[in-house]
Amino acid sequence: MIYFDKVSKIYSKNSVAIEEISFTVEPQEFVSLVGQSGAGKTTLLKLLLAEESPTNGKVFFESVNVHSVSKGELTEVRRKIGVVFQDFRLLPNKTVFENISFAMEAAGKTDEDIKNDVPQVMDLVGLEDKGWRFPNELSGGERQRVAIARAIVNQPDLIIADEPTGNLDPLNTWEIINIFKKVNELGTTVVLATHNKGIIDSLNRRVITLEGGRITRDDKEGRYIL
Amino acid sequence: MSFYIDTKRIIKIGFVNFWREGVVSAATVLVMVTTLFVIGSIVFAKASLDSTLKQIEDKVDITVYFKSGISESDILDIRKSLLNLEGEVKEANYVSQEESLERFKQRHENNSLITQSLEELDNNPLGAEINIKAKDPSQYEGIANFLKNSQDKYGTIDKINYFQNKAVIEKLTKIIDSFRALGFGISLILIIIAVIVMFNTIRISIYFSREEISIMRLVGATNSYVRGPFIIEGAMSGIFASIITIALFYPFLLWVNPIAESAFLGINIFEYYIDNFIQIFALLLFIGVFLGSASSYVAVRKYLKV
Repeated sequence: MIYFDKVSKIYSKNSVAIEEISFTVEPQEFVSLVGQSGAGKTTLLKLLLAEESPTNGKVFFESVNVHSVSKGELTEVRRKIGVVFQDFRLLPNKTVFENISFAMEAAGKTDEDIKNDVPQVMDLVGLEDKGWRFPNELSGGERQRVAIARAIVNQPDLIIADEPTGNLDPLNTWEIINIFKKVNELGTTVVLATHNKGIIDSLNRRVITLEGGRITRDDKEGRYIL
Repeated sequence: MSFYIDTKRIIKIGFVNFWREGVVSAATVLVMVTTLFVIGSIVFAKASLDSTLKQIEDKVDITVYFKSGISESDILDIRKSLLNLEGEVKEANYVSQEESLERFKQRHENNSLITQSLEELDNNPLGAEINIKAKDPSQYEGIANFLKNSQDKYGTIDKINYFQNKAVIEKLTKIIDSFRALGFGISLILIIIAVIVMFNTIRISIYFSREEISIMRLVGATNSYVRGPFIIEGAMSGIFASIITIALFYPFLLWVNPIAESAFLGINIFEYYIDNFIQIFALLLFIGVFLGSASSYVAVRKYLKV
């Protein structure tokens, strides 16, 4: 599903984000990327989303090289990937409902589908009665739930989460992780970047460890080891 | 995917954003009002200047004085040949000997010396005249030469006052031309400044949305779907700004009209505003909507590269 082929991202001689990284992710896997800040986790995800281009190497998503497609095709690819960021990145002057429905509208779904699916997703992440709030009226945990709802509402093949719990308290962290687990059980591939030891150790799923821009470990049922 | 649904959604998002961004939208509209006010003022200033220059031009004329005792039919023949100079002569008014004497007396009725000496003369010392107005002041020289060379075969013309007034007429023509050029230059500079200020205002307001633009791209919106609402917002600012501007001109021109009437000749700007209301509003509306949406289009492009 995801295939990184000897990918490097070099900003300058002294600033190498990732170097010669290769790995594969199979459909319906739940993969955690771990590593300290600056290890290259975020760069890796940005390359996958084609938010940045690699200096060397190729990145494939469902056998499409995401850096050699047209803008239109890239938009199609992105509709199959749901993204969750550490800083939520919600649209500030849209309500919770509109933030979630925006992804569907942009994908050209019908009004009926939107009316059906958005409340269902809001139920799934536990935001039933918050549809008319604006992001600045929500707590951090609630905002992250909105972001997750937005990411999953188009039933993507893959969810990418970049430190989704970095700004949350322990209780919310667990609830968010449980949502990801649920989404994964429903058949969606999840790639989770984090440096939260507790999460990794309890998940007991595949762990890819990054250090200084290189993969140092790749364990099937890994733990947080640095 | 349906074009209709997309368009409907883009328009709706544009409207909602314009409303929710409140202060930012209001600030954009305000700057745009300034721009449109400058452009509108230029329209009114141009109307005033044009009418003033026209009036000054109308005051310029030349007179052909005929020797006394030339028959009226000869003079009327010359007048006819003058009127045949199409595209040059606007008017050629014949003034008979008697009329010109009347005018002369009227002009000097307070001068007893002249009236007395006139009374002592038995016959009319003044000749008939033709008063000529050209379509353009630069054409007087040609007309005067035409008269002198081709029409005065029998020595009927006493004098043509163009040759006395030549310097003045040429000077005036030059002044009028340079006023026109100056007016055009100043208008152009003001319009350029106003457009740049407006473009930058819209750019700043979109700069604050750059984060949103990249989010929209990342959740799978096409470039045109992201850009559409911004263009709608820009167009809406243009609509509101043109309505406010045309309304502002009502009290403004009411106040400025008496001052302008004494500074410029003849034209009533307020009446001009009322008479051309629709055209002026349409012009402001078009400029507002065009500048608003085009600026948005250009400003968003920069952040769509994600």
